[in-house]
Amino acid sequence: MAVCIAVIAKENYPLYIRSTPMENELKFHYMVHTSLDVVDEKISAMGKALVDQRELYLGLLYPTEDYKVYGFVTNSKVKLVMVVDSSNTALRDNEIRSMFRKLHNSYTDVMCNPFYNPGDRIQSRAFDNMVTSMMIQVC
Amino acid sequence: MMSKNDGEMRFGNPPELHGSKVQIPYLTTEKNSFKRMDDEEKQQETQSPTMSPLASPPSSPPHYQRVPLSHGYSKLRSSTEQMHPAPYEGRQPLVQPEGSSSGVSGAKPLRHQASLIRSFSVERELQDNSSNYPDEPWRITEEQREYYINQFRSLQPDPSSFISGSVAKNFFTKSKLSIPELSYIWELSDADCDGALTLPEFCAAFHLIVARKNGYPLPEGLPPTLQPEYLQAAFPKPKWECALFDSYSESMPTNQQARDLNRMEKTSVKDMADFPAPTQDVTGDDKQALKSSLNEALPKDAPEDPAAPKDSNSLKARPRSRSYSSTSIEEAMKRGEDPPTPPPRPQKTHSRASSLDLNKVFQPSVPATKSGLLPPPPALPPRPCPSQSEQVSEAELPPQLNRAPSQAAESSPPKKDVSYSQPPSKPIRRKLRPENQSTESQEPSTAVGGPASGATVKPHPTVQKQSSKQKKAIQTAIRKNKEANAVLARLNSELQQQLKEVHQERIALENQLEQLRPVTVL
Repeated sequence: MAVCIAVIAKENYPLYIRSTPMENELKFHYMVHTSLDVVDEKISAMGKALVDQRELYLGLLYPTEDYKVYGFVTNSKVKLVMVVDSSNTALRDNEIRSMFRKLHNSYTDVMCNPFYNPGDRIQSRAFDNMVTSMMIQVC
Repeated sequence: MMSKNDGEMRFGNPPELHGSKVQIPYLTTEKNSFKRMDDEEKQQETQSPTMSPLASPPSSPPHYQRVPLSHGYSKLRSSTEQMHPAPYEGRQPLVQPEGSSSGVSGAKPLRHQASLIRSFSVERELQDNSSNYPDEPWRITEEQREYYINQFRSLQPDPSSFISGSVAKNFFTKSKLSIPELSYIWELSDADCDGALTLPEFCAAFHLIVARKNGYPLPEGLPPTLQPEYLQAAFPKPKWECALFDSYSESMPTNQQARDLNRMEKTSVKDMADFPAPTQDVTGDDKQALKSSLNEALPKDAPEDPAAPKDSNSLKARPRSRSYSSTSIEEAMKRGEDPPTPPPRPQKTHSRASSLDLNKVFQPSVPATKSGLLPPPPALPPRPCPSQSEQVSEAELPPQLNRAPSQAAESSPPKKDVSYSQPPSKPIRRKLRPENQSTESQEPSTAVGGPASGATVKPHPTVQKQSSKQKKAIQTAIRKNKEANAVLARLNSELQQQLKEVHQERIALENQLEQLRPVTVL
């Protein structure tokens, strides 16, 4: 039950960002943007170890009173950020992990498309469908 | 309500974009309708698209502006055009044959009907000669298929191998469709998302491009008749495809998919080459039977098998397919030009990796044939060392292969000319040393064959006592080994060339390193 899902490129610009249209989308964009700092902090903290040992799932980045923000970074420094409603306490860490795994798989499928240039906005319908399923699954 | 374009497109040449101006506006309207569909529950999917032609008039004309991709399907146009042109996960086309009557009815009866209709339409597919199939814009006719296969071959000579992403991208870009559309078509057709297209995936992509250029809007999901499984008839029927397609591509492990693709490609090659089957349905059933005969572990074949026997055509075709299966798969294997080696796609894997396996295969055979037969090196002046002897034998093996059947006749006369050898040992020598002695016989210096044969006589005095049956068996085995050796030797030479190049690169790099080193020290 993600409220907002974003894919951020290595250079910290969004490749894909989508939120449930219930509320002001700008707020979610802002939250994702601020979470990038936290992501970078986590990456650099783990960066002293070998990159291989760095885990892709970053966990809870920061909680607000209404939302929690989770992060995931790929080996190519592409970040996946997910904003989740705090009121849904049933969502456990494993579920978030599985959601990120699905997102990651969909992202790699998008990458496999030779017509997709890395750095473009993601316009894949399959990816959209997957994100939609993730966003309505709890609603 | 139906304004039809009755022009029929032939597929002798790549079709130009037809009525391009119309495409974009209704693409957007359809996207809106798609989004609507996405938001709705799946139960309502069957309802919404069928109601869209009625509920949203602006989008209906584009449905009907279709140029039929194959001729003679006027019967179906009425039902097809009622249906939403982009069947969501393939369910709508199944609804459509009955859709004309039930299109407006509620969702629930539609759903029930849909499940019934699926089984009916499955049977109908099997029975009809592809003329009443609801997915008629998405069916690939035989001539289209031939054309696609030829195009595939122009890009990739081996029909069982992949077309890489970049090659396919360049090729499809020539169709002058927009990049997002091409990207979407790729997404639909590359079922296993591996960045490369197998033959069925390529056919599906090509067909989608052709359809798009003729004005058909792109479907939301890959239509059942374009799925690679269908095209190779592993997964026959659309009933499962809709739900299966997504789950299938996700759940199947890639190696299993690769295995399936292997088998499917082989069957596809076989089908295209051998089957005179007039319809896709029949080929689908043949392939289905093949798949079952190949012991596919996929449970989905089971629900389709009861549907298949209902068709007498499929029954007749099945024994035919089975008789083909045993022989033509072998032919397909041979076409791969690597009969002894497992990997069917040498281009996909690193050539070295495959060569390692081949070396393991090659080396045991080499000592077996050469150990007892090769005289000490000085006795064979043209082959001072084994590696060179391989190369020499490789050069002579290709002509040998052509003459392998007649080897017996050919090698014996030259050997008789060599008075050196003892008469009783000649046939045995020919048997046991096909490579060496036949190469020697082909060499201009038959005198070389003399000392070689003379040397080999001594180690094999007992061989002369073998029966003729054993000789023949050994000869056939030797011929097979020779063929294998020829292939392996060719590979070996290619790899050695690669090795030389790599050595040169390494030397160049080392030189550079040495040049740079004194600089860094300073």
